[in-house]
Amino acid sequence: MTTTDIFHETYSALSANKARSGLTILGIVIGIASVIAMISIGQGAQGSIQSSIQSIGSNLIMVMPGAQKGPGYQVSSGRGGARTLITEDATAIMNQIQNVAAVSPQLSGRYQITAKGTNTNTSVNGVTSAYPQVRDVQIAEGSFITDTQNQSLAKVAVLGPTTVSDLFATGTDPVGQTISIKGLLFTVIGVTVAKGGSGFNNQDDMIFVPLSSAQRYFAGADYLSEIDVQAADQNSMTQVQNDITSLLLTRHNISDPTQADFSTLNQADIVAAASSVTSTFTILLAAVAGISLVVGGIGIMNMMLTTVTERTREIGLRKAIGAKKKDISTQFLAESVMLTLIGGIIGTVLGIAIAYTISSFGSIHTQITWQPIALAFGVSAIIGIIFGYYPARRAASLNPIQALRYE
Amino acid sequence: MIDVRNITKTYNDGAESFQALKGVSFKITDGEFVAIMGPSGSGKSTLMHILGCLDTPSSGQYFLDDKDVSKLSDEELADIRREKIGFVFQAFNLLPRATVLRNAMLPLIYAGVAEEEREKRARTSLLAAGLDEDHFMHKSNQLSGGQIQRVAIARALVNNPTLILADEPTGNLDTKTSEVVLGTFQELNEKQGRTIVLITHEPDIAAHAERIIMIRDGAIVEDRKNAARKVNRL
Ligand SMILES: Nc1ncnc2c1ncn2[C@@H]1O[C@H](COP(=O)(O)OP(=O)(O)OP(=O)(O)O)[C@@H](O)[C@H]1O
Ligand SMILES: [Mg+2]
Repeated sequence: MTTTDIFHETYSALSANKARSGLTILGIVIGIASVIAMISIGQGAQGSIQSSIQSIGSNLIMVMPGAQKGPGYQVSSGRGGARTLITEDATAIMNQIQNVAAVSPQLSGRYQITAKGTNTNTSVNGVTSAYPQVRDVQIAEGSFITDTQNQSLAKVAVLGPTTVSDLFATGTDPVGQTISIKGLLFTVIGVTVAKGGSGFNNQDDMIFVPLSSAQRYFAGADYLSEIDVQAADQNSMTQVQNDITSLLLTRHNISDPTQADFSTLNQADIVAAASSVTSTFTILLAAVAGISLVVGGIGIMNMMLTTVTERTREIGLRKAIGAKKKDISTQFLAESVMLTLIGGIIGTVLGIAIAYTISSFGSIHTQITWQPIALAFGVSAIIGIIFGYYPARRAASLNPIQALRYE
Repeated sequence: MIDVRNITKTYNDGAESFQALKGVSFKITDGEFVAIMGPSGSGKSTLMHILGCLDTPSSGQYFLDDKDVSKLSDEELADIRREKIGFVFQAFNLLPRATVLRNAMLPLIYAGVAEEEREKRARTSLLAAGLDEDHFMHKSNQLSGGQIQRVAIARALVNNPTLILADEPTGNLDTKTSEVVLGTFQELNEKQGRTIVLITHEPDIAAHAERIIMIRDGAIVEDRKNAARKVNRL
């Protein structure tokens, strides 16, 4: 039997019962399409989480007060709960550690804000002039907090765009207006550019004030809730992180590193942690979609078994006139592989279409790569072979006489 | 060409076993036209399946062209069927989805004959079996019973078999059509020297053969030359 003959037989067999072939193919189409759509959603989520982590700055090391957070230690101190970091720690990091580009000490808290009858409750972050560089924040209007304002405990504020829209009517220029934070009046001197970061540490819904003002008026003490350190480059991050740890241990008179009253977090670690979460999520989605692919495969097997039974006499006749086992099994295997291949092609197209549609309508960004497509194709061909093998073998091993006598 | 020595066939259906052939022996020489007759259930089809290498006997020997085929494997039997034997069955002869032409060339497809060659041979064979060229592209549900049997005969001839086995080829046909189909067999036998074994339980049909073997309850009860042979000319 030549390949052309096999194609001929396969086509004539599959087109003989178009509705049944179509439904069987549909099972595979749904399986493949959902695998591709799910994986591209998962990979898209991974990509957008990574870029939102990147958007908080580059080469960032965060130092937080409170004990090192190990497994099962999560409950300990909320951020700012412990008061172990002070402004001098930040100064020491800046002055004594090599390869530090900038240091941004911060003290944040949530307070009630009012402005001309509107009010909101948001995060107020006491920062220095280093903040925009370290956290990659740009100014849309006005200016950011200067060192002079910090020294003079100025009552000035820079607003995030979300806060602006919460506090002021659209069209009003917030710069120059006054707002009240915890009952004290602050003059708005600038507005930051929207970063659009969602979920993870939304930097648009924030109010920035001079660090010294925040310490004096809101906290009443000279402590910090976070020190963000920007390393000079990617390669020096580990060195800077290690140096910060040993410097702060010395400054805090702690000899046992496990007893540290602060913790450091490397931006790369956050990316890695987030990636592992999202890839678990991707695998989970793919597994659910994979189940539908298996169901589709069972559909193929079911159809092939029915076909073999229906065509018993045909098989008997073919064998009687000289078809070998291999001829028969090839014929039936070709049918099931053809079904899955057609399903695979349509499913891939549909899956990509679904991914695009989700991208263009929803907030979820999807990312289509060749791996899931190759995977889907490989899987569909394998499903065709695996689920077609048993029916094909069953057909091939039929005894010609019994097949011919079959009613 | 055919030498059958004391063959038996026992069917085992779980606990029950049934002996369909109880020691049958005969020889058929090249170019003979033999009719096998007997009542329903006497074992005719069983015998033909063994002669046609579709099945193997439970005991005894079967020499086809001096080769013992009674112990061959399924795959070896398939080779012999493809090379030496042409079948015409009582019913379900054609693949319903395929055209007449494709049905006729099916044995050649399995024999690996090149595409052009097989079409040429199938056409020749169909014409030889007396089928009109108009029907070559029809499916079997567009044919009459007689036409179906002609396609089946054409298919049986297409690989130039030395032995043609027909199991009640006229079972579903009226007398007139039966006579035409038998004429075809007779010509193949006389003009081309093919060996033909034909099963029937109609004496009218058997009358065309040179020799008649009678079977009853799985054993031969009579084996005689047919003196009053009826000859149809097409
Ligand atoms: N696969 C089988 N299992 C059990 N018994 C069988 C099987 N095939 C045939 N038989 C039995 O063997 C006997 C002979 O069957 P066979 O088909 O050879 O009869 P036959 O002479 O061709 O009859 P008919 O003229 O009706 O076609 C019958 O009694 C039948 O029931
Ligand atoms: Mg019979």
